[in-house]
Amino acid sequence: MADKSKRPADMLDGAPTTVEEPGRPPTSFLEVRDLRIHFPTDDGLVKSVDGLSFKLERGRTLGIVGESGSGKSVTSLGVLGLHNRRNAKVSGEIWLDGNELVGASPDQVRRMRGRNMAMIFQDPLSAMHPFYTVGAQIVEAYRIHNDVSKKVARKHAVDMLGRVGIPKPDRRVDDYPHQFSGGMRQRAMIAMALSCDPELLIADEPTTALDVTVQAQILDLIRDLQREFNSAIIMITHDLGVVAELSDDILVMYGGRNIEYGSVDDVFHRPEHPYTWGLLGSMPRLDRERSERLLPIKGTPPSLINLPQGCAFNPRCAYSELTDGKSTVERPELRETAPGHTVACHMAVERRRRIWADEIAPKL
Amino acid sequence: MSTEASRAGEPVDTPPADAPADAAGTDTVAATAAATGTVTGTPVDTVTGTPATGADAPLVVQERAAPQRRGELLLEVDNLGKHFPVTSGAILRRQTGAVKAVDGVSFSVRKGETLGLVGESGCGKTTTGRMIMRLEDPTFGKITFEGHDITRMSQGQLRPLRRDIQMIFQDPYSSLNPRQTVGSIIGAAFRLQGEKPKQGVKAAVQELLELVGLSPEHYNRYPHEFSGGQRQRIGIARTLALKPKLIVADEPVSALDVSVQAQVVNLLEDLQDELDLTYVVIAHDLSVVRHISDRVAVMYLGKIVEIADRNDLYERPMHPYTNALLSAVPVPDPSQRGNRERIRLQGDVPSPLDPPPACRFHTRCWKAQEICKQVEPPLIELSPGHQAACHFPENTTVSATDAVAQSAVAPAGGDLPAAPVHKD
Repeated sequence: MADKSKRPADMLDGAPTTVEEPGRPPTSFLEVRDLRIHFPTDDGLVKSVDGLSFKLERGRTLGIVGESGSGKSVTSLGVLGLHNRRNAKVSGEIWLDGNELVGASPDQVRRMRGRNMAMIFQDPLSAMHPFYTVGAQIVEAYRIHNDVSKKVARKHAVDMLGRVGIPKPDRRVDDYPHQFSGGMRQRAMIAMALSCDPELLIADEPTTALDVTVQAQILDLIRDLQREFNSAIIMITHDLGVVAELSDDILVMYGGRNIEYGSVDDVFHRPEHPYTWGLLGSMPRLDRERSERLLPIKGTPPSLINLPQGCAFNPRCAYSELTDGKSTVERPELRETAPGHTVACHMAVERRRRIWADEIAPKL
Repeated sequence: MSTEASRAGEPVDTPPADAPADAAGTDTVAATAAATGTVTGTPVDTVTGTPATGADAPLVVQERAAPQRRGELLLEVDNLGKHFPVTSGAILRRQTGAVKAVDGVSFSVRKGETLGLVGESGCGKTTTGRMIMRLEDPTFGKITFEGHDITRMSQGQLRPLRRDIQMIFQDPYSSLNPRQTVGSIIGAAFRLQGEKPKQGVKAAVQELLELVGLSPEHYNRYPHEFSGGQRQRIGIARTLALKPKLIVADEPVSALDVSVQAQVVNLLEDLQDELDLTYVVIAHDLSVVRHISDRVAVMYLGKIVEIADRNDLYERPMHPYTNALLSAVPVPDPSQRGNRERIRLQGDVPSPLDPPPACRFHTRCWKAQEICKQVEPPLIELSPGHQAACHFPENTTVSATDAVAQSAVAPAGGDLPAAPVHKD
């Protein structure tokens, strides 16, 4: 990657981004290589994630965006090793801080889960056990990874609840989840996830169920905690606003694959994939009046059992004609079009950039 | 609540608060002016991130001017309220309190217009929508539809009206009967109203399917064969079957993916132009509401705190709560990250079981003064077509506010508070 970035941008097209040699530990903190997660069902093989690769460093935030069914959540559960191996076929490599997780024993993964990596789920009411107090659930998580007395663990739980901004934490620690409001439950879950100072935090739609004012509080909290712990964060969301505020890099998923990856600036200001254009065009804007109608993507997300031939996006793509017929035959490879910006599209780079500048950007 | 205040959207030939304006003391004018500007800087900046120079603001407004649909009044809601009783005791159920879900809202909707109702969960926007549909009986207040008072109509009297007022539901998965075909779901509207379309029910249903962008062949399919966006289209087709005049849409797109959401939003707009529909759109997504509405009402704890034309509200919000809501929405533009001044509300919305006295927002408001805890600010017109219920509104220098504050204080016997002191 490093030497490639020195080449001028126009030469970059045509060189597929190489997957690093399998089996060797990477230098990045988190590296996912060619991850595939397939579910055999009666209707056929559901290829939820099909060849996904990305890297993430400590202290950085990666936003994964895409429609429902694009494989975002399956990816995050895969990184945490939460798929039942009896129903899910997982292949590829996930390297976290020098340890490979896909081939590791469930025991090894369990030891890392919670301590090295933790997850914030979308719906805190169903992610917490209704029968135990919030404090007991944090204490349990903490004591599994730390050999401490109940008393110390409880004090830690109170500390954590206080850190995430729950008023009177010494009293609320004995409350049950249903006694908390939605925003407070989400805070409590963040406290639980952070109780062992994980280096990797995966947030799967952490604010989707919340009101905007509470969402703003939670996003601030995540940002502050990242600054404090220097954690790496994977932020999974369908809300491009949240991604724009929090992420350093963005990965756009479609049909279980990475179709565009780049810095937050690249993806919002110089997006090259027609699907990314579609996402940006579909979005009503709060910050300005739109001159025209919304520009939705036509059609619906594809079935993961029967992905369209060639480029998975071609039936919905307004520009599939401009690929010399390749889009229905050949699956486009991810290619680097600018340093750190990769796109999987058959259209020529120049053409993509022209379409973005002339046709798409002015209408947004 | 004054009558001027209660008629939101009435043509504003006579500025209602003009007369008492003269009575306003100059001290309070200065105090309010100071209070409006300084606490958050220029609030328009906090929302758009662009400097609110005089040249900018009108430009934005011109891009899509408010539609010239000043038709006649279709729906009028006056001081409408719904209190749900809370009871205790197993045998003798005594009422021990009431959840004040909606506590006196007033607005009106004109023909061809779209009114957006926004607010956080629990603010009463859905209950308001359900009361307009008469799915929920109001505790007090009055609903007038096309000049008829429908507040206390019996179900039998309401039935002929049902064809004129229809609803689009939030969840396309639970609002369609899984055991009925699309044809019988949409055809039910004709059956229930005893309507016999000229071309026959089947042909009429197929026309509706085409109208909402589905294929007529879908007539014999079941809801589970469709995706979320398609199901929402089926729901919309059913809504449109009897050519309603007013459609109450409760979170019509919030269950949909962003790309599909845009399709449905466009569809709703096209249908409005084509069929001359009037919408009341209830949503929590402020961006969607901005896109779809002509006028927007912001609700907080069962009350409307601000109501104005769409652009007026988003460019120049007057109520601190509106301001806070707008500044909390993440903007999908990374270059604005960090530039935007944010208002962070602390804590949660208080319980509607026991809402704070006077101004309900005062417990979370950074501008709250003594008066906010004692006197409820009435919803009054501060600039043409723009009503807000606040003692210290932003983006306005209209002295009428002070007049109202003063007249509101006078009966309570207290003096006007000294010049407001800013917290933080």
